[in-house]
Amino acid sequence: MNIIVCVKQVPATTEVKMNKETNTIIREGIESVINPFDTYAVEEGLRIKDRTEGKVTVVSMGIPAVADMLKQTVALGADDCVLLSDRAFAGADTLATAYALSMGIRKIGEYDLIICGKQATDGDTAQVGPSLAEKLGIPHATYVRKITGIGDGRIQCQRLTDDGYDDIELTLPALITVVKEINEPRLPSLKGMMRAKKAEVAVWTADDVGADKAQCGLQGSPTQVIQTFVPVHDVQSEMFEGTPEEQARKLTDRLLSMHFMKAGE
Amino acid sequence: MNYFLTEEQTMIKELAAQIADEKIRPLAIQYDEEGTFPHDIMKILAASDLCGVYIEEKYGGLGGGIFEMSLVVEELSRACGGISLSYAATGLGAFPIILFGNDEQKQKYLPDIAAGKKLAAFGLTEAGAGSDASGIRTTATLDGDEYVLNGTKQWITNGGEAEIYTVVACTDRTKGSRGFSAFIVEKDTPGFTFGKKENKMGIRASCTRELVFDNCRVPKENLLSKEGAGFIVAMKTLDRTRPGVAAQALGIATGAMNEAVKYSKEREQFGSTISSFQAVQHILADMAIQIEAARALVYATCKFIDSGAKNISKDSAMCKVMASDTAMKVTTDAVQILGGYGYMKEYPVEKMMRDAKITQIYEGTNQIQRNIIALNLLKEFSASH
Repeated sequence: MNIIVCVKQVPATTEVKMNKETNTIIREGIESVINPFDTYAVEEGLRIKDRTEGKVTVVSMGIPAVADMLKQTVALGADDCVLLSDRAFAGADTLATAYALSMGIRKIGEYDLIICGKQATDGDTAQVGPSLAEKLGIPHATYVRKITGIGDGRIQCQRLTDDGYDDIELTLPALITVVKEINEPRLPSLKGMMRAKKAEVAVWTADDVGADKAQCGLQGSPTQVIQTFVPVHDVQSEMFEGTPEEQARKLTDRLLSMHFMKAGE
Repeated sequence: MNYFLTEEQTMIKELAAQIADEKIRPLAIQYDEEGTFPHDIMKILAASDLCGVYIEEKYGGLGGGIFEMSLVVEELSRACGGISLSYAATGLGAFPIILFGNDEQKQKYLPDIAAGKKLAAFGLTEAGAGSDASGIRTTATLDGDEYVLNGTKQWITNGGEAEIYTVVACTDRTKGSRGFSAFIVEKDTPGFTFGKKENKMGIRASCTRELVFDNCRVPKENLLSKEGAGFIVAMKTLDRTRPGVAAQALGIATGAMNEAVKYSKEREQFGSTISSFQAVQHILADMAIQIEAARALVYATCKFIDSGAKNISKDSAMCKVMASDTAMKVTTDAVQILGGYGYMKEYPVEKMMRDAKITQIYEGTNQIQRNIIALNLLKEFSASH
């Protein structure tokens, strides 16, 4: 079973800074990590590989430095990494991103399943996975919390809903996006880390994947961000930790000290 | 401080640190309280390849030595000195095989240890043989192609959890410690059972039991080295594994210092954080000085041992004494800095103080270590004059 996992590099901080001119996220000079939801996608890909053999290829679109992040997935057990990196890809919205990824995946060749995280923690759109499936003309399921079966050209999975979950079956090749509940990602192994040190990341440009530049990057993005702002929350909150009894005691102490309560009430 | 670790050593340290911070620390207080053996953490360590860092590549390891093992123990111990001990005690059980095993014995036992599939343990101590290891009473009598073991080993770390035991027994009572021999005994060998799990002051996530041998028949091939070499096997092993105890102490001390620094920057008294008071600052500074000095000695000793040096007893003993005394001092001071909170089980430093104590006691009390150091010091003087 050949699996492709799509990952995105996101700022480690939850306070995303924006470029006011282009209204895109400033990624330079900020510590970056693999999008937390994508770590579940990588893990699920590796688990399928462990069961069925085959290989896991991890794909990302981003600046050249993303290659280091991709190597971290080799330390976990990924076989190959592909980075789509080109000035032409810069400033892409979700549609242009899905297009670029689809062209990269066409170049990779045969695959059975594509796995993405349910969304990225910076943009929070949850659109790239489904858009990518449409671009490739394959079925998809979002918010997958469990794969119950895979083989014979089919995958059975559970899609998380507000009320519970749906049992879904798709024909392969297919794309799924996964939620946190699906697994607990493994830590790297020493041998994996050593392999990652030596691993080569294939870096492909728009020309390498035969992409139409009019559909790439800022130019290929029908959505334009006009303005971004951080909503102001006036509410100050404080979390109390400990056992329920301790939490109650701390809360009471606080309310007493703020004179919202009187002792003996 | 930068100790100029190799790329591989840096990876080992980072990976062990990640496991300590992400997987061990969240469970440390709970496992201590319950006395839970960390099977789940052992599985994570097995998958990480860290179990084989000190084992030769041809037996499935990574080809490192005492230094690599100590780096792992130190990092794991920052989060929990009890959980790290299950790892370190496997090293203690494995080193007699690494140092004295023949190729067949190594082929049979080391790959499973390197892969983390099996834990090991070392059985020397008995009720009447603690600091005086020459007092052991467990016997091994050759009967045909087997040795028959009888006796009881006490306070054996990983007892009952390990699959592979290296045990020292007496094959010739007339020869004193020269009549001792070392054997590899597998769990589930008929006649080999375990006593109850000990209820300890600290390192409570580790498992300590008696090993009971009642006409336990061990194949002749399981003799390590030769008859009469048991005491040498034990002493040479302990010379090499004492830096592991030192590393455990170092990790516990570092963990306690980190907690003390963190708390001092959060805790406010008299209108400012207690870290602004010189009385507190000086305690923190002393912690840093002592820990770094101990670390320098432990690392230097590890490198000295891994270089293949022969006379390592004195240095090995010195680093164990210094690191364990440092751990006791630093953890006690950390409890002091945390004050009343430090004395409570909700905060991690009282556990660290309990865990630190054993490092001054086991693998040779610090008093016995000082005997070793002084003996060698006086011998060296005589030799050079």
